[in-house]
Amino acid sequence: MANSKDQQALAISLDNIACQRDERQLFSGLSIEINAGDVLQLLGPNGAGKTTLLRCLVSLSQPAVGEIRFNGQALHQNLYAYRSQLLYLGHLAGIKSTLSPAENLRWYAGLEGDDVNLEERIETALKEVGLYGYEDQSCFNLSAGQQRRVALARLYLSKARIWVLDEPLTAIDKAGIAKLERRFAEHSASGGIVILSTHQDLKLDTLKQVDLQDYLPTPDMLMGGL
Amino acid sequence: MAWQWFHRLGSPKWFYEKTTAWMPWLLSISLLIIISVSIWALGFAPMDAKQGNSYRIMYLHVPTSIVAMAAYYVMAIAGGIGIIWKMKLSNMVMKVAAPIGAVLTALALFTGAVWGKPTWGTYWVWDARITSVLILLFLYLGVIALQEAFSDQEMADKASAILSLVGTVNIPIIYKSVDWWFTLHQPASIKMTSSSIASEMLYPLLAMIIGFYLFFTWALLSATRSEILQREIKTKWVKQALLQKA
Amino acid sequence: MSSSLHSSNPTVGKAFWATLKRDLKIAIRHRGELANPLIFFLLVITMVPLGVSPSPKTLAMLAPGMLWVVALLATLLSLDALFRSDFDDGTLEQLLLSPQSSYINVMAKVFVHWLTTGVPLTLVAPLLGVMMSLPEAGYIPLLLSLLLGTGSLSLIGAIGAALTVSLRKGGLLLSLIVMPLYVPVLIFGASGVRAAIEGFAYNTQLAVLGSFLALAIIAAPLAIAGALKMSVNN
Repeated sequence: MANSKDQQALAISLDNIACQRDERQLFSGLSIEINAGDVLQLLGPNGAGKTTLLRCLVSLSQPAVGEIRFNGQALHQNLYAYRSQLLYLGHLAGIKSTLSPAENLRWYAGLEGDDVNLEERIETALKEVGLYGYEDQSCFNLSAGQQRRVALARLYLSKARIWVLDEPLTAIDKAGIAKLERRFAEHSASGGIVILSTHQDLKLDTLKQVDLQDYLPTPDMLMGGL
Repeated sequence: MAWQWFHRLGSPKWFYEKTTAWMPWLLSISLLIIISVSIWALGFAPMDAKQGNSYRIMYLHVPTSIVAMAAYYVMAIAGGIGIIWKMKLSNMVMKVAAPIGAVLTALALFTGAVWGKPTWGTYWVWDARITSVLILLFLYLGVIALQEAFSDQEMADKASAILSLVGTVNIPIIYKSVDWWFTLHQPASIKMTSSSIASEMLYPLLAMIIGFYLFFTWALLSATRSEILQREIKTKWVKQALLQKA
Repeated sequence: MSSSLHSSNPTVGKAFWATLKRDLKIAIRHRGELANPLIFFLLVITMVPLGVSPSPKTLAMLAPGMLWVVALLATLLSLDALFRSDFDDGTLEQLLLSPQSSYINVMAKVFVHWLTTGVPLTLVAPLLGVMMSLPEAGYIPLLLSLLLGTGSLSLIGAIGAALTVSLRKGGLLLSLIVMPLYVPVLIFGASGVRAAIEGFAYNTQLAVLGSFLALAIIAAPLAIAGALKMSVNN
């Protein structure tokens, strides 16, 4: 089944990254190689810079120092290829409350330009996250956890191979978390990449962990000294 | 390399140290020109045949209008460089150029009104040039308001740079439109005196324009210098520079 | 390297339609809000005879300018909401992350804004023209100039909306930065109507409004996309 696109190599490399927020250094000297099949969990206390790093990884922000490369090229030189493979779930769910779950997912599929068997795939995706039967309700009628699930349904709908997920497990019940873990394992087994931040313990063979506390800037850098 | 000067220019520290020596010179030369032309214009220049003495305000009005316009382009170009090459210094120049330009524009409007009273019998007429200068003032105020609205300096810089670039594309269109609008509505009673200017009046005017450009350069540099100190307050060299001053 | 290849990618059209359909659907579900700029338009035009004079002659003289100025203000008021809800619920950053050039998605959003604000304003303007005793020759040019002009108003205004979307109280600031940029559109729009009333040809004004629109279509989305990237980058 695998076509040539699926066999393409995926490699994201972070080279000596430092990020700051409001003039404050969050972490520095971060270098990681992320390859096809990896699940990378970001750890660190609140305010350590997990969200900032994830936003840099999807090119919504730029690191203060260092470079992020996709398949050997700087992100901004390779943006189309990178973003075609990218699925980002941010702090905000990215769900329009006026629209129904199905309508929200249709928009995402449209952005990806992928409408083969769309209705069928949306139905499957909503079943997977336990929202079947809600597909035509407006999202503002759904609970916080259910709205989060609408966003997570994208993990079953999208063909993107790089998932960048900011706290995807908040407001999700135990059974849901177990299910998502299986989804991450599947994705990793099929050669995808998952990068996520969560405080949950994940039971995955391919799990890599990075604790941002190990990359706290040195006192000298905190002073902003040159 | 050829780019080296460019990157060095982008270093606030290099810029600050380099310009320290220029500042007193710029200020004294520009003030010298402005004061001596003013004395000449008020005391010695011949009276205008049509306008009498009131035309003398031209020596203030024309230079401020010209430099006010130029300041907008300085601001927009600095903003563009800041966006493209992410040069910190250029963002600072953009930020400080806006209030200086706004003050010059307001001054141009004020001197225009003072000139208008004896010439047209009223402080305000909807003349094409005055209207354009008024809109220029609004453009400046917009950039300043936007700059002030953000608490994050980086966002403020980007936002005002985008707005000033949009303004730059718009300014020629606005000026042409207002000109065109004025030819439609020009009342017969108001005629612009576009008679050619006598050379004995022209040269002092040119000198005054140069004087104002120099003064603007001084104001821009000195505002940029204090902006540098503010933004780089955490660095060692600023602390040392401030100690030396004290 | 392969950007030329991707520009002919069929998914570009799909992304445009997806955003267009989504925003139209949302606009239709909030129909009540669609009427607000129109009611504002009607209210301000009602104030004119009350504040100035009900004499048809005076009103006819004011009509071209007043109708244009108020249509411009109504557009301004509607702009603050253009990107606001997308910014708040996170779909704005998702839109910017789409592999397609942001130009396409931004155009889709602005196009919907024009369809739901500019077009209705244009359509009710002749009715308000009756209230303002607009002479007969003015109706067609009023329709045409507003149809062309409101397109530019939406595009230019969207730059201001994009710049201020991350500010909690962006509304007034938005008007402040956008209004000076509206001057050329206002001048040529109102003057076209006036020229027609006075019995002159108005095709120059329409041609100029058309070229403003063309320029805005080319350049404004770039500024809008840049401003949106700035706004979500915090």
